[in-house]
Amino acid sequence: MSEAQKNQDQLMVEIRDLNKWYGEFHVLKNINLQVKRGERIVICGPSGSGKSTMIRCINRLEEHQQGEIIVNGTPLVEDVKKIEAIRKDVGMVFQHFNLFPHLTVLENCVLAPIWVKKIPRKQAEATAMKYLERVKIPDQALKYPGQLSGGQQQRVAIARSLCMNPDVMLFDEPTSALDPEMIKEVLDVMIELAHEGMTMLCVTHEMGFAKTVADRVIFMDGGQIVEENEPNAFFNNPEHERTQLFLSQILNH
Amino acid sequence: MKYDPQPTLPAPPGTLGVVGWMRKHLFNGPFNSIATVVLAYFIIIFMWPVIDWAILSADWIGTTRNDCTSDGACWVFISQRLNQFLYGFYPEAETWRLDLAFIMMAALIAWLIIPKTPFKGWVAAFTLLIFPFIAFVLLSGGYFGLESVDTHKWGGLSLTLVLAVVGIVAALPFGILLALGRRSHMPIVRSLSVVYIEIWRGVPLITVLFMASVMLPLFFPEDMNFDKLLRALIGITMFQSAYMAEVVRGGLQAISKGQYEAADSLGLGYWQKMNMIILPQALKLMIPGIVNTFIALFKDTSLVLIIGLFDLLAIMQASANDPNWIGFSTEGYVFVALVFWVFCFGMSRYSIHLEKRLHTGHGNRA
Ligand SMILES: Nc1ncnc2c1ncn2[C@@H]1O[C@H](COP(=O)(O)OP(=O)(O)O)[C@@H](O)[C@H]1O
Ligand SMILES: [Mg+2]
Repeated sequence: MSEAQKNQDQLMVEIRDLNKWYGEFHVLKNINLQVKRGERIVICGPSGSGKSTMIRCINRLEEHQQGEIIVNGTPLVEDVKKIEAIRKDVGMVFQHFNLFPHLTVLENCVLAPIWVKKIPRKQAEATAMKYLERVKIPDQALKYPGQLSGGQQQRVAIARSLCMNPDVMLFDEPTSALDPEMIKEVLDVMIELAHEGMTMLCVTHEMGFAKTVADRVIFMDGGQIVEENEPNAFFNNPEHERTQLFLSQILNH
Repeated sequence: MKYDPQPTLPAPPGTLGVVGWMRKHLFNGPFNSIATVVLAYFIIIFMWPVIDWAILSADWIGTTRNDCTSDGACWVFISQRLNQFLYGFYPEAETWRLDLAFIMMAALIAWLIIPKTPFKGWVAAFTLLIFPFIAFVLLSGGYFGLESVDTHKWGGLSLTLVLAVVGIVAALPFGILLALGRRSHMPIVRSLSVVYIEIWRGVPLITVLFMASVMLPLFFPEDMNFDKLLRALIGITMFQSAYMAEVVRGGLQAISKGQYEAADSLGLGYWQKMNMIILPQALKLMIPGIVNTFIALFKDTSLVLIIGLFDLLAIMQASANDPNWIGFSTEGYVFVALVFWVFCFGMSRYSIHLEKRLHTGHGNRA
């Protein structure tokens, strides 16, 4: 096996020269990013800098116009079957949970495994209960999402993603819609997940979380990756002025 | 501090029961009291002749017009012609087939409407997939030794129900498809849906029926003569599905983008996403709109008289022109209005009930 091939196999997500526009608006500019298997990446930056857009490109919730995205060895192209195949391997957790309100917690968790992965219901339910236990809410399985607190809903959303047994998880500000007392219960689940070796890309401003689990922190501004470093160096010696300013703003309150 | 257990007292007089209700709602203050009295006076003044005509001095029993001797309504007309109002020109010996079909339908609908009956899924599937064929065989005959009854003999309330039920049931799936088409990302699908919806919505139903009945045959060869009722049903369904599409679209728009994205991110395909995530939520929101269009359609079915189909209204008019019963069309119109009202009011109440039930089932915070 060649050196390049080996390198390729280790990459979970690879983004090359990615450019994206919303109409006239150039929202992502020349993004390059490589994420190895098992790597935990935290992405931060001011509001509107393109963080969500970038990670949503990885599972094709957003289309890009230029550049290449390769997920788990499969290039993202305009082909519904390929896109659905990639989505099976990529879990996503949203800021507003996006649970299905007309289905119970358990139904939320087994729906995709049964219909997308064709797993028998019994087995899917067993897996779902296992993950609901992992996020510490097995007792809520038969309730509807509307009956749960925000923190519980977000943990269900994480469990729902995990039920698909994804190779990589994307988090888009998973704690920013939560009341302060619920942030920790969600972060704890995410930290546990990180320790188990899940590949994660996480947009968040929880710098404690970044320091605890991140292998790399990425700072974005104006649709570009401005700075990228391991957490210690990133927080203690930010290279760019823009990064320093941003850090001083979020750390001083 | 000394503790004194207080006795439980009855509520003050005049705050409970009918008297209490009237005090609170009708006579709370001088202005409302005067308004109540004045309005009650007018209601009695205007309603009294109606009540007198329809009930107090009406004739109920008899067989011919000679039995109607008072100045009130002559309900004998209705009771003598009831069979025709219900069954049209359907052969008298065969009307049990209509009865059976509609009793079956009523039973199936009741089964689906009443909460907590078992096997709802199977009953619903039977109602939508198998029952239409049973009903068709029963009504038109020609199989299993049933005498064949041509559709031009169908009429009266049973024809009204056939038009309304077929129109309603067939229009919903087409309406859903059209609404999905209108929101599709495929330009051709979208344009076709938009053109279809806008054309049909811009045309009065009466024109549609007229075209289906009079103009359509001109475009087909002489010997290809398909059933007039079938043509009317196709016209009504196509017309109705355009309206249904707009109701469905309204419901779809109310579902947040996050629901679509969550379904997408789990790898669900388009139809899985629509069937299991989006439509179940949207349909719940669409109930009032759907029932509204149902009610409108139910009443619009009476327009088929323009193409020579004798629905309830048309057959009543025909009966009122019978020399034996001339002069009793008022009774006929009142009766027809009452029948239409009962069905429409029933649908309206059920939709309100359904909304409430679906609403309290589970909160909807997400
Ligand atoms: N669907 C859209 N259409 C047009 N502009 C958009 C759309 N979504 C986001 N944007 C714009 O793109 C920029 C980046 O948005 P986003 O990726 O959500 O930023 P972030 O997640 O970093 O706050 C913002 O200026 C936003 O207004
Ligand atoms: Mg964002």
